[in-house]
Order: sequence, then structure tokens, then C-alpha cells
Amino acid sequence: MYDVQKIRKDFPILSRKVYDKPLVYLDNAATTQKPRQVIQALVDYYEGYNANVHRGVHALSQEATERYEEARGKVARFIGAESPDEIIWTRNASESLNLVAYTWAQENIREGDEIVVTPYEHHSNLVPWQKVARDKGASLRILPMREEDNSLDMERVDEFITPRTKLLAVVHMSNGIGIINPVEELARRARAVGATVLIDATQSAPHLPVDVQGLDCDFLTLSGHKMLGPTGIGALYGRREILERMEPFLRGGEMVLEVWYDRATWNDLPMKFEAGTPNIADAIGFGAAIDYLEAVGMENVRDHEIALTAHALEAFKELEEEIDVFGPRDPERRGAIISFHSDIVHPHDLGTFLDRDGIAVRTGHHCTMPLMRELGVIATARASCYLYNTEEEIDALVDSVKRALRYFSDGAG
Amino acid sequence: MNDLRDLYAEVVMDHNRRPRNFKRIEGADREAEGFNPLCGDQISLYLNLDDGGAISDIGYVAAGCAISKAAASMMSEAVKGRSSADARKVIDGFRLLLTRKAGDDFDYEILGDLEILEGVSSYPTRIKCATLPIHTLASALSEKKNGAVSTE
Repeated sequence: MYDVQKIRKDFPILSRKVYDKPLVYLDNAATTQKPRQVIQALVDYYEGYNANVHRGVHALSQEATERYEEARGKVARFIGAESPDEIIWTRNASESLNLVAYTWAQENIREGDEIVVTPYEHHSNLVPWQKVARDKGASLRILPMREEDNSLDMERVDEFITPRTKLLAVVHMSNGIGIINPVEELARRARAVGATVLIDATQSAPHLPVDVQGLDCDFLTLSGHKMLGPTGIGALYGRREILERMEPFLRGGEMVLEVWYDRATWNDLPMKFEAGTPNIADAIGFGAAIDYLEAVGMENVRDHEIALTAHALEAFKELEEEIDVFGPRDPERRGAIISFHSDIVHPHDLGTFLDRDGIAVRTGHHCTMPLMRELGVIATARASCYLYNTEEEIDALVDSVKRALRYFSDGAG
Repeated sequence: MNDLRDLYAEVVMDHNRRPRNFKRIEGADREAEGFNPLCGDQISLYLNLDDGGAISDIGYVAAGCAISKAAASMMSEAVKGRSSADARKVIDGFRLLLTRKAGDDFDYEILGDLEILEGVSSYPTRIKCATLPIHTLASALSEKKNGAVSTE
């Protein structure tokens, strides 16, 4: 039995007030709140065994190294990687994507090659490929979107994924409108033409089971803070054979084996890609976040969010004359992200109105400007849920949206 | 209670619903584009200047929130027919107003309806909405023939 109230008790921030109203935190696609267990893991590290990793022979360093590598193992297990060596720590998903763009892509993308992306890409999975394409004389192909429900037009995929495709770089769950892309099918098609497959799981892995073997991908990105972990820590999964053939990204300490004045040799995976003292505390915190999610169970998280999505879509139906909700109506085909637009009130004004009711949503383009253009809007208001949100919070959101619509259509003052 | 009156005063809502001088001016003497990357708000501003450099006509096409649209509308009224020196006083004055740096001897008169946007200073996340049109005007009045500004 999923006990949302019990889960909420683990998150100290959820009991705070905003403008004297209970906080309704619906900005989880931007960042998630942290359970006590994650916060405690950070405190334990700093108070109990703070030391640099992979260096000292002393007890603290050994302890820190063990816990830090243990966290890497947790990430590997969480996404079904064959080995912790296939997990590279980064600062965030953007750095994970840039790592691939600056190493693998520089070595493997050639003139005339094509990189296939979707209209839903976060800027971080688009802008690095623009540079690669420009540098290499390759081109970017954008998979087409169906107007009816803003989903990918799978019937036309073969026009885009062709023998010229060198890389398929696609987002699993859209942070902008919540749609879940059929990434298994896209990966299968890309494999069939010999392309490399990168999946941006930044938004999906926090909310549903993700398995790199089932997805059959070469690269996959994660961000700690979007899945109950601290900010400043992310991960890149890379298939071992590919990572071994790649040149390092950043050069310096820790990533080398032997160094002479004029040359150096590289350390083994994963350290070949981890120059300098890493973000030890936050990696350990990320591990604690994964422990928390696994204790709840990712299937349970997903089920809870499907129920919340169904409830929200039903509640927004009442407002369908004033408000467009983007993405498919089927909660199974989307995450618990409700992105919406109204001609009556600009998302920014709506965001301020909701804020005064204690409700935190994101308003803007969500770092997906090309997607906003496809949808014909400049910005949307986005309510994004997580495992601790409740139907009552959705009701509070809808109630506040209703009052905002009245406020901005009747006139204020 | 959800009291947003210091932000959305009646005058602001009126300018938002019926923006004054909302028009494109073909072949304008000066044009500038303003863009707020935070929220995606955009404004295209057009000025015609007479021989003495005064603003003989002003128009803009804007897509944005109530605050940015109202600010553009109020600004257009405040500077239309003014000398470029007076327009600069409006620009500087409005910036002082929103950063709460306006002194006791501050000349509110010249700002016209813009003065009401002083309330925005209590909403730090919305200040850029209010200042986008004024930044764009400053760009249009600068030496460049066509300018583009960003609030970031």
C-alpha cells in the first residue's frame, strides 16, 4: 500500500509555509525536494569521514572511497548497467551530454553524417549537437511531431532514421510537456541502421523504471537533483566498449596512469573521465537518493504518478474552454507533468498568482524553445509532480488556476 | 488572501488589455528587438524621430505577460512627443524606481502611468518583465540603427 503521507514525513521542506499557506511544490521537473535520508548522508560524510578519495592510505580516505564507489554501484544497478565502471560522475546531465559531444562525437561524426533528435529536446540535448554538426559538416534531423496530441509521428521515422544516421540522441520523457517517447522502438530502428544511441533519461529515470539493457542504448544521462539527490552531481552511462575507445574529456589528476613531461597514459574506466577531486559528498548523497527510491519501488512511484496524472487531466477537463493542456490524454503515455497555456492569462502572471497561494510551478519555455515554437506558444505554465504529491495538491492547483482565470478576465484592482 | 493589487493595479490591467500605440511602424527611423530569455517575452520597438531628435511616433509589437505589455504601453505614452533627452530621463528614472534608488527629489511626473509599476519592485522575479520595454527603448535610442537587447 502506497502511503503518501508517510513519504511526505521524510521531506522536511514539505511542512513549511509560503506566504502563510502550506507549500504545494509542483516544480519537480526543475528540481526535487530531498528526504531526510539524503540530507543525513551528506551530514554523515562531512561529520564522520570527510577525506579525499582514491588517494590516502588512511582510514578516512578508505572509508570515503568505499562509500563513494558504493554510490556508483547503486547508480549502475538502478539503471541495469553491467558494471559500475560504466558510470561516469558528472556535475549534471548537461555535462554528461557535453562529455559525449566533446569526445565520442568529435572522434566519430564525419561530414555528411546525420544526428537525429526530437522536437522535445531540452536545450542541453540540442545545442551541443548543433556545434558538433557545424564543426563536422554533419546535419541535425528533427523527428516530426503529430499535431493532434503532440506525440512523435512514428509512421515517418524511416524518413529520418536512415543509413546516414550516425547518432540518435533522444529524450525519454519530455521535461516541457511530459510526453514519454517510444525510445525502445526508436533505439531499435537506429540500431538497425548502425547508429549509436544516446537517451536523455534526466526526466524519466526519477519517475519510472529505466533499464539500459532493455533500452539497448550506448549512452544514457542522469541528474541527481531531479531524483531526490543533491545538486551538482549527475551521471553518464556509457557502454564499456565505447567508453574504452573514447578519448578523455577533461585532463589532469586522477584520470592518468603514468605521466612524463611530454605525455601521459590514461587511467582505467571510469576514472579516465574523472579528472580532479570529484564531488564526493553529493555522489554519496545521490546514492542515498537511489536507496530511498528503491525502498519505495520505482513501479510504485510510477503507479502513484499515473494516478495523479489521471486525476489532474480529469480536473483540467473542466477548464478546457480556457486552457490547453499539451501532450496525450492517456496517462500511461506521459509523466506527471501538466504543461498548459491560456490566452486569458500569460504563464508568468499565472505563476505569480499561484505563488501567492503557496503553489510552486514553473512558467516559461522550460529550456525547450523549439518545442514551444512547435506548440505555437512562447511559454507554458508547468505543474510537475513527484512521489510525495497528492490529489489534494492537484485540487489546490486547479482551484487557484480557476481563480486566476477569473482575476485576469474580470479585471483587477 | 491573494492580494496582488500592488502588482496588478487597475491601471496596469487596463494597459494590458488595451495597449496604447501597439503597432508596427513600417520603415521606422529606429528599430530594436528586446528579448527576455527567462520567460521568452519579446518586443519589437519602432521609433520615428523628427529633425531635432524628438520621438514623433512610437510603436511596438509585444508578446509577453501583463507586466511587460503594460510597461510597454505606459512607456510609449510617456515618451511620445518627447525630446530624446527627456526620453532618457524616463529610461533612467524608471530604472531608479524599480531598484528603489529614487531619491526624495525624484521627478515622478515625467514617468506618467509608469510610476504605478513601482509595486513591481516587491516582486524581484518580475522586475525584468517591467524593464524589458525600457531596455529596448534605450537600445533604439542609442547610436546603432538597429539593436537587439536581452535582459540576461
